[in-house]
Amino acid sequence: MAEEKKPEKTEKSKLNEQILEHSYNPKFEILKPEEVKALLERFNAKIIQLPKININDPICKLMSAKVNDVFKITRKSYTSEDSVFYRVVVDG
Amino acid sequence: MKLEEVQQLLPVNIYNNLKHKIKEYKLSGKKEETAIDEVVKAYKKAQICPAESIGIIAAQSIGEPGTQMTLNTKHFAGVSEMNVTVGLPRIIEIFGARKASSTPSMKIYLKSPHNKSEKFVRQLSANILEILLKDISKEINVDLLNLQVEVKLDIDEMHNLNVSTKHITNSINESKIKKVEVVEEGDTLLVKLKGETKIQDLFKLKVQLSELFISGIEGITQVLPVRKSEEFVITTAGSNLKEILKIKEVDHIKTITNDVYEISKVLGIEAARTAIIEEVMGVFNEQGLKIDVRHLMLVADVMTTDGLVKGIGRYGVSGEKPSVLARASFEVALKHLFSAAAHKEIDELKGVVENIMINQPIPVGTGFFKLKLKEDKKK
Repeated sequence: MAEEKKPEKTEKSKLNEQILEHSYNPKFEILKPEEVKALLERFNAKIIQLPKININDPICKLMSAKVNDVFKITRKSYTSEDSVFYRVVVDG
Repeated sequence: MKLEEVQQLLPVNIYNNLKHKIKEYKLSGKKEETAIDEVVKAYKKAQICPAESIGIIAAQSIGEPGTQMTLNTKHFAGVSEMNVTVGLPRIIEIFGARKASSTPSMKIYLKSPHNKSEKFVRQLSANILEILLKDISKEINVDLLNLQVEVKLDIDEMHNLNVSTKHITNSINESKIKKVEVVEEGDTLLVKLKGETKIQDLFKLKVQLSELFISGIEGITQVLPVRKSEEFVITTAGSNLKEILKIKEVDHIKTITNDVYEISKVLGIEAARTAIIEEVMGVFNEQGLKIDVRHLMLVADVMTTDGLVKGIGRYGVSGEKPSVLARASFEVALKHLFSAAAHKEIDELKGVVENIMINQPIPVGTGFFKLKLKEDKKK
């Protein structure tokens, strides 16, 4: 039984990695708590004022993010090289 | 200013360009500094001022070319009868964030060795095509005398699509349709209900059988392999991104569907944002209209900031404004006013629309900033 479960799990994680590699998805990183603090200080903002990402989002599930984690998203900008965006994980 | 000082100030591509040009024209000393100063000046001038109403500008910039778009909804891609919604209806569909796209379609790219082989592409196309029982049967009839459903199979078509009778019998047995008995009789399948049989149940069974999924990938109703310069790309009608991405030979980086809602479910909200921009850009470019991508980026950002794809309109962004008066001014005024009264809502009068309504300066441009004079410093 245990042997049967294993390959399914690897296949699932492979599919998830594929999602991150997709050309429509930018680069995702989870910020460390101190980085979040510095970020909020820089923008003089509360954490709920950041753009949001749902906890059920495939990216959140894959990177096992928790509520109130902040993603640093490095997009390939249409008008410049890179543009940085932030999203906070919210529930529901 | 020195080159190192402006690195943080300028966007990466402008900075790199500047660096490149300085090298190219061999600028140094005072000339170099003047050049850098001019670039910084020009960049600052090009930036949008704080409190500029960019939303209105975006709306105008998208709206004006929108007036020149065809109202023809259907567009025939390639030789086959595959049609895709284009033009204004497509734009409305994307910005409205409809859950079901009216003409879902996918572009399937393949990994390197496979995308050159026509044989492989044809075979894969055949494999992913959704086959229902009605596609491989000549007739499906209700036999009232013997209380059974007769399925007359189309043997030639079955041979073409590589489906065996046994496969069909298995599909029926494994499907959601329960309590049935299948008897093979030449090229006819007799399907009987177990136990007592009502006539309505037989008609229900007939409908269920004709829609029965036999093989392929659910949702893919048409496939069309197209040659694009060097490689083959499969265009489909119908979309099932999740299942297609599971196929080993499919290029998971470029393969994409035009259904924004499906992208947000499978690839996440950021991909959905990219999809909104790309799809709208695609519609405009197809008709030879040019529109600055910044306007679309703004709209896409507004639609996706809350982590879900929200439409522009009554059930999306406009319906969720905090101000009662702003919501009431958009559509169905009475509904909003009544519910606001019932729930004792308070309007903070911080937005634009509500301040226009009560004839006050609007918080846009210079009206956004409040200056106070400190009396003791007046001397």
